[in-house]
Amino acid sequence: MAELLFWPALLGYGEAALAYASPRYTRFATWGVRIGWLAQTALLAVQAVRVEGFPWSTWAGSLNLFVWFTVGAYLIWGCQQRYRLVGLTVMPLAVGLFIASRVGGGTTAGERSHYSNLFLTIHVGSVLAAFAGFTLAASLATLYLLEERRLQRRSPDILRLKLPSLVVLEKLTVRTIAVSLPLLTVGLAAGFVRLREEGEGIDALMAATIVAWLVYAGLLALRMTGRRTAKLALVGFALVIIARVVLAGSHF
Amino acid sequence: MTLSLVGVSHHVAPVELRERVALPIERAASLARTLGDAVCLSTCNRTEVYLAGDDGTRALSSLEELAGAPLRSVAYRLHDDAAALHLFRVSAGLDSLIPGESEILGQVRAAFDAASPGPLLDRVFRQALQLGKRVRTETAIAESPASVPAAAAALAAQVFGDLTGRKVLLVGAGRIGELAAGNLSARGATIAYVANRSAEGAAELAARFDGSALTLDDVAPKLGEVDVVLTSTSAPGFLIRPKDVPARRRHPLFFIDIAVPRDVDPSVHELDGCFLYDIDDLEAVVSETLEGRRAEAEIAERLVALETERFREWRASLDVVPAISSLRAHAERIRAAELARFSSLPDEERQRLEAVTAQILAKLLHEPTVRMKQAAADGDGETHAEALRRLFGLEEPR
Repeated sequence: MAELLFWPALLGYGEAALAYASPRYTRFATWGVRIGWLAQTALLAVQAVRVEGFPWSTWAGSLNLFVWFTVGAYLIWGCQQRYRLVGLTVMPLAVGLFIASRVGGGTTAGERSHYSNLFLTIHVGSVLAAFAGFTLAASLATLYLLEERRLQRRSPDILRLKLPSLVVLEKLTVRTIAVSLPLLTVGLAAGFVRLREEGEGIDALMAATIVAWLVYAGLLALRMTGRRTAKLALVGFALVIIARVVLAGSHF
Repeated sequence: MTLSLVGVSHHVAPVELRERVALPIERAASLARTLGDAVCLSTCNRTEVYLAGDDGTRALSSLEELAGAPLRSVAYRLHDDAAALHLFRVSAGLDSLIPGESEILGQVRAAFDAASPGPLLDRVFRQALQLGKRVRTETAIAESPASVPAAAAALAAQVFGDLTGRKVLLVGAGRIGELAAGNLSARGATIAYVANRSAEGAAELAARFDGSALTLDDVAPKLGEVDVVLTSTSAPGFLIRPKDVPARRRHPLFFIDIAVPRDVDPSVHELDGCFLYDIDDLEAVVSETLEGRRAEAEIAERLVALETERFREWRASLDVVPAISSLRAHAERIRAAELARFSSLPDEERQRLEAVTAQILAKLLHEPTVRMKQAAADGDGETHAEALRRLFGLEEPR
């Protein structure tokens, strides 16, 4: 069953990733995102039922959950005609990570971890939800920089190929980070509690995540605006990618 | 019934002629009434009379009377599908100077509402109005601004999003500047300050926008308070330089400089969070958006063609409607006569019999009705209607 549900989800996401390339097919892309996300939701539900607990504690499994959070966040924030380019950045990334998750065995029935379900739900769930939010924020920040560049260059097509306004993009970036940072804080706190109980040290992934937390917290605390906000959101996202993809082996 | 159109427009007639036949809505409606089943559409770019069951000769004479000159060389006369196609293009904004401009749709609606059209004109105008809306929602033909003042306001919205509550400083009381300020105001922006060389000019314009009047010397200190600066003076040098712009701002500052010579030093554009568009930049944006409108017009033309085909099919179906009605009436008469023979049956049984025979009739006549309409759409309606009349001995007047 889990195997079967992977394909409609991938098909939906893949169709969306391609359809977002043209403004004419945005509606089809949105349906692709919705159908894919529903199929992936069913896939996750089947995985959870099979294992009777939290089946995404492996690197590949957590990638599966991360994709679900990212697409879910995109559905909430930006699944609209004017945010087509957000879809164009988020959906290909989602497709790539979803395939990587499958290759790593993260979309099969999964296996139960020796950690408690509550800890995994709080720690993994919160951290991945926060990372998904940061991914979306990075996408919005990229759009901000693109739009600012077009305004700076006085591109004649600026009103033909419309993006959301600069101020709206900045607000959405900051709000997305403001929602995601508390989730990361909760996830990190749960991790630290477990670390203290087991008397283990901090690994590279944890260190990168803490630096990412500092970057995002600094961005909010200093009430940055404009280009600096966008650039810092991208720096934070680079750390998220390093933690999620490059350093994942040291943690799982 | 024939649909006819007689008219003059900016494509064929100079403004001197158009202004003589241009009519306010009441007079246009009055002219339509005198011509019978007619609708008169009169705007600054066109005066057109649409008629049902009339070849348009009288309408042309009426227009010539208004013009005080013969119009035969410039007026166009179209009939049936060609007239409908023209109306559809007009309501879609495809016949306008600026493709997709939306004012024309309101003018078509007003002309239609002011007249008392019969079924043919009612149908074609309703179709035209629906199409006009559809073209503007399904294509991007009307999305982009088509003038410098509108482009200035649209660009400000591209920076700030909703302009409600955004403060504008208007420097200079020139005509284009005033128009651009009007566009910004229409999008919700507040024209907070108006600065001008002459105090009277500033006060007059400030009063119109409910803002405060300033002298040109007060401009720099106000830059920290506003979001948009719109300049259009005839000053020989720069009025605003980088040193005038406050460094620490939480929001972008958008400069629109439509003055020649320019009022704002171009290096202001290099400042963080500052965007400066001069008249050339704005004209380039307008030119690009007009190009976009032309591209969208191709899609709109396809919608117009589809609508014209629908209208043609509807008109053709009118040829067979009387024959179909006669056939149904004929069948119903036979059914009623046969049922009368069973009047002695108990109520319940008679009702059942009535229901069954009505069903048989409906099923039997469904296919011929559909095929007749199809034949009419294919241009063969009259032959089929004649065959029907002969086969069933229908006496419907031809």
